[in-house]
Amino acid sequence: MTERTKVAQPVSGDAEVLSVRDLDVAYGEVQVVFGVSLHVAKGELVGLVGGNGSGKSTILRVLSGMLRARGGAAQYRDHNLNGVPPYRITELGVAHVPMGRQLFGQMTVEENLLMGAYLPRTRERRPQNLQRVYDFFPRLKEKRASPAAALSGGEQQMVAIGRALMSEPEVLLMDEPSLGLAPLVVKEVMRVIGSLRQLGLTVLLVEQNVRQVLKVTDRAYVLELGSLVREGPSADLLDDPEIRRAYLGV
Amino acid sequence: MDPNTLALFQTLAQGLLTGGIYALIGTGLSLIFGVMRVINFAHGDFLAVGMFIALFLFQRFHLDPYLSLLIAAPLGFGLGYLVQRFLLARLGDRLESSSLLATLGLGLILSNGLLLGFGAQPQSINVAYATQTFKLGGVQISLPLLVAGLGTLLAIGLLNLFLYRTELGRAVRATAQNPLGAELQGVNTTWVQAVVFGLGVAFAVVAGVLLLPLLYAFPTVGENYTLKAFVVTVLGGLGNLPGAIVGGLILGIIESLGAYYLSNNYRDAYGLVVFLAVLLLRPEGLFGRTVKRV
Ligand SMILES: Nc1ncnc2c1ncn2[C@@H]1O[C@H](COP(=O)(O)OP(=O)(O)OP(=O)(O)O)[C@@H](O)[C@H]1O
Ligand SMILES: [Mg+2]
Repeated sequence: MTERTKVAQPVSGDAEVLSVRDLDVAYGEVQVVFGVSLHVAKGELVGLVGGNGSGKSTILRVLSGMLRARGGAAQYRDHNLNGVPPYRITELGVAHVPMGRQLFGQMTVEENLLMGAYLPRTRERRPQNLQRVYDFFPRLKEKRASPAAALSGGEQQMVAIGRALMSEPEVLLMDEPSLGLAPLVVKEVMRVIGSLRQLGLTVLLVEQNVRQVLKVTDRAYVLELGSLVREGPSADLLDDPEIRRAYLGV
Repeated sequence: MDPNTLALFQTLAQGLLTGGIYALIGTGLSLIFGVMRVINFAHGDFLAVGMFIALFLFQRFHLDPYLSLLIAAPLGFGLGYLVQRFLLARLGDRLESSSLLATLGLGLILSNGLLLGFGAQPQSINVAYATQTFKLGGVQISLPLLVAGLGTLLAIGLLNLFLYRTELGRAVRATAQNPLGAELQGVNTTWVQAVVFGLGVAFAVVAGVLLLPLLYAFPTVGENYTLKAFVVTVLGGLGNLPGAIVGGLILGIIESLGAYYLSNNYRDAYGLVVFLAVLLLRPEGLFGRTVKRV
């Protein structure tokens, strides 16, 4: 979030920063992701949607190093991500806003944000980054001295996003940021995610809330039972009768 | 002062200082538990290792036990670091379920190693200040016990500075509160755990060194202290550092009062009675969840 302030145009091909090819993932003997390929280009906001247990979180876990894939490739720029521990992937520039937010509940909001700048490469610019996060989320500045556990769900999600921004990532992986939030708060969180591109970020957004995702993203992939079934510009998917029937309840 | 009041003060002072050492031991155990969810059943054996390091340095090089802290504390840290790195970290996902056997086994190896190296007979060191006392308003205080109490204060003060004033300390607290969240911020949590285990063991070793002028050293001296550390930690709430300090002081005072007013033969039992009562009545520890944790 430092120099990358220009709004990058979605472009395909050689500008892709994050990619997954023919990914197979299993928990023990049980395979849950089957030959999934997807990519995210520089500055793009891409959605990955699908029903319960379709494998969305599993794919994100591989990308952030929490899980090792059985086959296929996961790449960030020139770096192979498969089997790399999470803390190193963060160091490379891929930040993960995990499901359930995973805040440090007894630390203050500010300490949570400071933890986001734990990496030596970002420490020097920590004060500026903190200021930027507070500018982006004025609410967090008001609550800077409160324990994170005492915040509302929406505010906690802002802390999780702000904390990820503190590591100056190029790519942001987000898993169900709307989980457990009231509809109005979901809208607010989605608005925030949409505006992340002003910060020059590249985002892969995993959500069950298909309608919201398709409204905010450039492109999206649809996952069913561990396989990709559709992909395309989000606006097209939003109009697609099949998607509307299966996911939007119309 | 009338003799009865004086005796009470004497007993309380004694208990408070002994409790300080228990607090030191319990803090190490609690720190390890808070970050790793592992109860180190070798904790007392590390204390014994500390006693024998100081004993060895004294017998071989006439090094004063308090000076030998400068060697023993880093050694203890290194030992704990390696144990976490090469033993506990290998347990991976099974850590929480297998750590009991792993640390119990480690304790056996340590105490038997001491038996091999130093023999079974109790040994003590002969320093001039071992039996020295001084009077404070009529209350007699043993010099080595006072030093132990001050050492505890210093160690706990330093730990506090580390946890709340340093970058790594914040990462330790983050790892304790949410390991996954910490790892995703770029914290190498496996390494942090090794540092924490090293610190916890260093605390046990320091306690052992501080106890050497007061007690006989023998290879199984630690067993009793593993139990005490556990009692202290549960009194204060597992993983609760301020709780462990208060828990240690309480245990010291209870033992001291019991030994003086009831019978000295059951000194070690009084703490256990209170321990059982706490487990039955307040299983979350005396302070529950209201006190700030690691
Ligand atoms: N730790 C695990 N061990 C075994 N199986 C798992 C584990 N985590 C997930 N699974 C299984 O893998 C499949 C995919 O799960 P995943 O969490 O990736 O789905 P998801 O698309 O994120 O679902 P949701 O929308 O409910 O979050 C499911 O069948 C799930 O039961
Ligand atoms: Mg999921």
